[in-house]
Amino acid sequence: MNVLAAIGRYVIDCFRAIGHHAFFFWQLMRTLPASLKRPYFAVVQVHALGNLSLLVILSSGLAVGFVLALQTYYALVTYGAADSVGLVVNLSLVRELGPVVTALLFAGRAGTSLTAEIGLMKAGEQLAAMELMAVDPKSRVLAPRFIGGIVAMPILALLFSAVGILGAYLVGVQLIGLDPGNFWSAMESGVDVRRDLGNGIIKSLVFGVICSFVAVYQGYEAKATPEGVARATTRTVVISSLSVLAMDFVLTALMFSTR
Amino acid sequence: MNKKGIEALVGFFVLLGIAALVFLSLKAANLSSFSGGETYALTAKFDNIGGLKVRSPVRSAGVTVGRVASITLDPKTYQGVVRLDMQKSMQFPADSSARILTSGLLGDQYVGLEAGADEKNFAPGDTIKQTQSAIVLESLISQFLFSKAADAGSTPPPAASTANGGKK
Repeated sequence: MNVLAAIGRYVIDCFRAIGHHAFFFWQLMRTLPASLKRPYFAVVQVHALGNLSLLVILSSGLAVGFVLALQTYYALVTYGAADSVGLVVNLSLVRELGPVVTALLFAGRAGTSLTAEIGLMKAGEQLAAMELMAVDPKSRVLAPRFIGGIVAMPILALLFSAVGILGAYLVGVQLIGLDPGNFWSAMESGVDVRRDLGNGIIKSLVFGVICSFVAVYQGYEAKATPEGVARATTRTVVISSLSVLAMDFVLTALMFSTR
Repeated sequence: MNKKGIEALVGFFVLLGIAALVFLSLKAANLSSFSGGETYALTAKFDNIGGLKVRSPVRSAGVTVGRVASITLDPKTYQGVVRLDMQKSMQFPADSSARILTSGLLGDQYVGLEAGADEKNFAPGDTIKQTQSAIVLESLISQFLFSKAADAGSTPPPAASTANGGKK
């Protein structure tokens, strides 16, 4: 009996959580037009989430480009296909690794800072004080951060891919000695702007929405204690990462199915 | 950090993103071959298009002069109808022939155009009359087996014909 009740309670809680998320999303969407009237707040958030993440994104992109080039070279050289290293690295980065790894890093760096900041504002009763002054905290605090995350994510993903390709060029051409002409021309003929780049950008937009929404939601719904804020921060990273990876599979299956 | 400083940094960030997009599109993708200017359409009908895909290149003497725009099936003649987008700067005589060739041994397939000798050129929307379908490996092998058996002087062994029938 207790087991049945526990299962039932769990399922009901799941549905309640889905409903709460959806309702929260809807409220956030409703405040977007009002918050866009003062774009400076969103600009400050783009700076905090995008500019300040540049260091980790660019260095990770460079490192991933290095390693991808090396590994694909080792794998392809036995088949005499070493000239395809550029193409393989480009496709891997632009289609998959750029959006996904950037989203994971973004969730880790920017998502946690968002959740911690909003959670601490809640713990310090700043959000309650705003409501008392008839300032909607969703419009004043949450919406700019949400918009900032959505704007920053695709730019970071593109920078990750571009720096990764440059890193692959450094390792492939300068270090290993592949032919630079073949390196770039294989990419130019094998990578399609609409299908590969375009789909990658769409993916990074979707991941930006997911990571920003989860971070903002967890921060707003955190328990107003230091422990609650800490748990909310870790939940942001875990939920963002899992959602991004699951969504990545769905999007890949939809976008890159062989027609 | 003051207001102007932050806005400048964010502007720089967005510009960096746009630069990355431009670099990726031009240097690392096929955008530069898009801006080849105007195109005109030609149609070609094939019995078998093999592995031809949309956006496969159209080449003449190895030089890319167009792209495959669409591939459909003619419901009356059951032939594959391939629409080609040809670069406006390249005009071809009206009796040119189209074949489906493979780049390299196992590479992607493309449409090879051989210029004819007619004085008139194709008008936009014309159909290429002389076409040759893609080579299907199975028919080639069965042809080879059949001719080998015929060369040996004996009637083709039943195994060969069932192999043909089974291969269908």
